[in-house]
Amino acid sequence: MLSLTVHAGGLTLRNPVMLAAGILGTTGASLRRAALAGAGGVVTKSLGSVPREGHPGPTIVQVDCGLLNAMGLPNPSYKKFQEEIDIAKTGGVPVVASIFGSSAEEFAGIARGLDADAFELNLSCPHAEKYGSELGRYPDLVEAVTGAVKAAANAPVWVKLTPNTADIVELGLAAQRGGADAVVAINTLKAMAIDIETGYPILGNRFGGLSGPAIKPVAVRSVYDLALRLDIPVIGVGGVTSWEDAVEMIMAGASAVQVGTALKKGYGIFEEISLGLARYLERKSMTLEDIRGMAGRH
Amino acid sequence: MRPMNSIIKEVRSEAPLVRTFRLDKQLDPAPGQYVMVWIRGVDEVPMSFSSPDTITVQSVGEATRALFNLGAGSSIGLRGPFGNGFVLRGKNILLVGGGVGTAPLAFLGEQARGAGINVTSLVGFCSSQDIIFQDRFEALGDLVITTDDGCVGIKGHVAEGLKEFDLTEFSQIYLCGPEVMMWDIISRTREHAGKIQACISRYFKCATGVCGSCCLDPEGVRVCVEGPVFMADSLIESEFGRYKRGPDGSKGQCRG
Repeated sequence: MLSLTVHAGGLTLRNPVMLAAGILGTTGASLRRAALAGAGGVVTKSLGSVPREGHPGPTIVQVDCGLLNAMGLPNPSYKKFQEEIDIAKTGGVPVVASIFGSSAEEFAGIARGLDADAFELNLSCPHAEKYGSELGRYPDLVEAVTGAVKAAANAPVWVKLTPNTADIVELGLAAQRGGADAVVAINTLKAMAIDIETGYPILGNRFGGLSGPAIKPVAVRSVYDLALRLDIPVIGVGGVTSWEDAVEMIMAGASAVQVGTALKKGYGIFEEISLGLARYLERKSMTLEDIRGMAGRH
Repeated sequence: MRPMNSIIKEVRSEAPLVRTFRLDKQLDPAPGQYVMVWIRGVDEVPMSFSSPDTITVQSVGEATRALFNLGAGSSIGLRGPFGNGFVLRGKNILLVGGGVGTAPLAFLGEQARGAGINVTSLVGFCSSQDIIFQDRFEALGDLVITTDDGCVGIKGHVAEGLKEFDLTEFSQIYLCGPEVMMWDIISRTREHAGKIQACISRYFKCATGVCGSCCLDPEGVRVCVEGPVFMADSLIESEFGRYKRGPDGSKGQCRG
């Protein structure tokens, strides 16, 4: 069968369908299971410098065409996570550590303390005070954090961008100036749901981030704009649920895609998407390289 | 799904820290399935059904304490029923429960009796005041009770009651209770693990199989959607009985 191998952002992936951050990434075992189920690479739950229990429940609300979540960055701290990464690596695919901090120094400290195949900087979580998009919406901070982690880490650095901004390309260019090996777009869209019986915001944190099919067109547009303007690869994420979605994301300019909310359907989603992608390319007698960024060339 | 609004119709005290809440919604749950209960402004927690329209809750933390402050007429939010419940197999079953873990077993036993299945129960509690659903289990068939302090029935842990039975006689054994108790039973009855269905608990956040907080080592099994009922032989080589992860994902003791 046709090769789906991609080289992107300093990693070699056997196929371009990765597990997104925050999904089934709390344990080495679940990350390995994603790898064994066919993921081309896996990203851990975001890791900080101290343990966090996350927001009170409800942490998730099913809405039309997506999920609304405010998990609140629960994690045992990076210090307790190396053993999980080591277990995840036995799945045989690159393990990317998603990390978060409230300053360039904190990010750099975590990157220094972890052995992973790459780092993905969470500069985009929309619902955690002092973290994520609270830094990531400022281009100068994106550049400073990226630069600090690049200097500290001995692995490729990817920067996950927030769509909750007027111009995501400005953020992507800042990551590139900081030395990023790739950008990942997009994180969730800031959103909210209210219980009309009582008027209570449903999420324990009141607001959270929207993922799933509802945000796919936003993600496709973001990837398209970023890929046209940046020299570094773009990893597309946001509502990818089928092989058709993966093709669309790659045509927008993505070098690889990440799958999150669609894991609701089970671990079989990785094989389903990469198999569909391979059959599509065979039918069209094209390669991944041929279709990447196709939309920008028309 | 969004949480659906449900009015509490009745609250019954079963033991000092255990109450049963009757809900106005018929969710048609299978015994062993759970529902996410949203106590507005506080938290959302998973609860097992003790009958088609009741949950039986032990007060153990902030959310359950807040639930205990709600009386008949108050409302809560519900998502569910979720997960895989118990499956009835054969014509002669044994229920083995501990503490508030007996709740889904009483529900299961009543469903089994309705289907003409012979039901025997072994249930254990700390002391006489902690005994719940004694009348429900007595109505099902033979019943053996254990108490840690010996004031009722056999003195000791639930496993002490096992010697009253020849386990080969049962077509299926159903287990629910504190993890140390379940692990005690499973490790003493390994040769029967292929016919023991155990309803277990882990820290649930999303209850939709995406967040990963409830995954069991070493296979990464998602308890919230692939469980919470598992065949005991699939648990023997797992983390069950050894450790469990807390809200921040770090490993801790599996007591309680």
